[in-house]
Amino acid sequence: MAEVTFNDIIKPENLAYTKSKLMTNNVMHYCPGCGHGTAHQVLAEVLEEEDLQSRTVGITPVGCSVLMYNYIDVDFQEAAHGRAPALATAVKRLMPDKFVFTYQGDGDLAAIGTAETIHTCNRGENILMLFINNGIYGMTGGQMAPTTLDGMKSSTSPYGRNIATMGSPIKMADIVALLPGTCYVTRQSVNTAGGVRKLKRALKKAVQYQNEKRGTCFIEVVSNCPSGWKMTPVESNKWMEENMFPFYPLGDIKVPSEK
Amino acid sequence: MAKIKGAVVIDKERCKGCEVCVVTCPTQTLALAVEVNSKGYHFSYAAFPETCIGCANCAVVCPDGVITVYKVKVG
Repeated sequence: MAEVTFNDIIKPENLAYTKSKLMTNNVMHYCPGCGHGTAHQVLAEVLEEEDLQSRTVGITPVGCSVLMYNYIDVDFQEAAHGRAPALATAVKRLMPDKFVFTYQGDGDLAAIGTAETIHTCNRGENILMLFINNGIYGMTGGQMAPTTLDGMKSSTSPYGRNIATMGSPIKMADIVALLPGTCYVTRQSVNTAGGVRKLKRALKKAVQYQNEKRGTCFIEVVSNCPSGWKMTPVESNKWMEENMFPFYPLGDIKVPSEK
Repeated sequence: MAKIKGAVVIDKERCKGCEVCVVTCPTQTLALAVEVNSKGYHFSYAAFPETCIGCANCAVVCPDGVITVYKVKVG
């Protein structure tokens, strides 16, 4: 049998994977290896596969992902720092047939926006909250965030976070899981292909629960920040597996009972 | 037994050389190039294209969506 050449394989009918059509061709401003890019890709894939492009409104946060609307081709609204859940509440209540999601980092969701986050989850608004947790303020220069681990160095805790004076890191997903308004709370990662595929399944479940109007869905994505952590992307993923995952264990925290 | 042969196409101008695809590849097909693209990044390329199985792990973890994967059954 003749050898199959490269040009024989590169044909549209043999396509196994390409980036989602909802991703624009703009080059992302994220640092090399940043988990934000991967999270955007998965989100765009799910929105495309669930045919949600025309009825999605995304709420962008303040942080590295503030320019997210340049990369995913759906409607977006920019919120003030930390207020994405409040804005999402308004959008969802005014346009109940829209699929509304917020996309926030840990400085946005867990620090300045804690009140909005907790009360939105407590009210059980029918929105999807996507929380990217990299344990640091990435955009402003790697300052300590509420989710920074014990002993972890950042530009404002150069000797490592000291729990006695700076408090313990906050597990936001575990906190909102206690509230009656949330229906689905899970923690995922995007550092491996398996992790990305699991996140995709979680997002599809969340879309299903949103269509059924079952309450707030909260998906935490443990991510990396190679620039803020001062590591290469591969080192940062390894560091994340060794240090972040023991404190922020992956998996479902709250799943709704089947109807 | 039918074997699966894959091929990757990498948009080297958009690649930022983060190396995440290289470590995730189960068959060590990918590597970072010695030369750089116009932005100065050592872009990823298929160093051993004959070993590719088209699993798409590299494309799934790529933060910038630069990898397209094709696969075909042979034999």
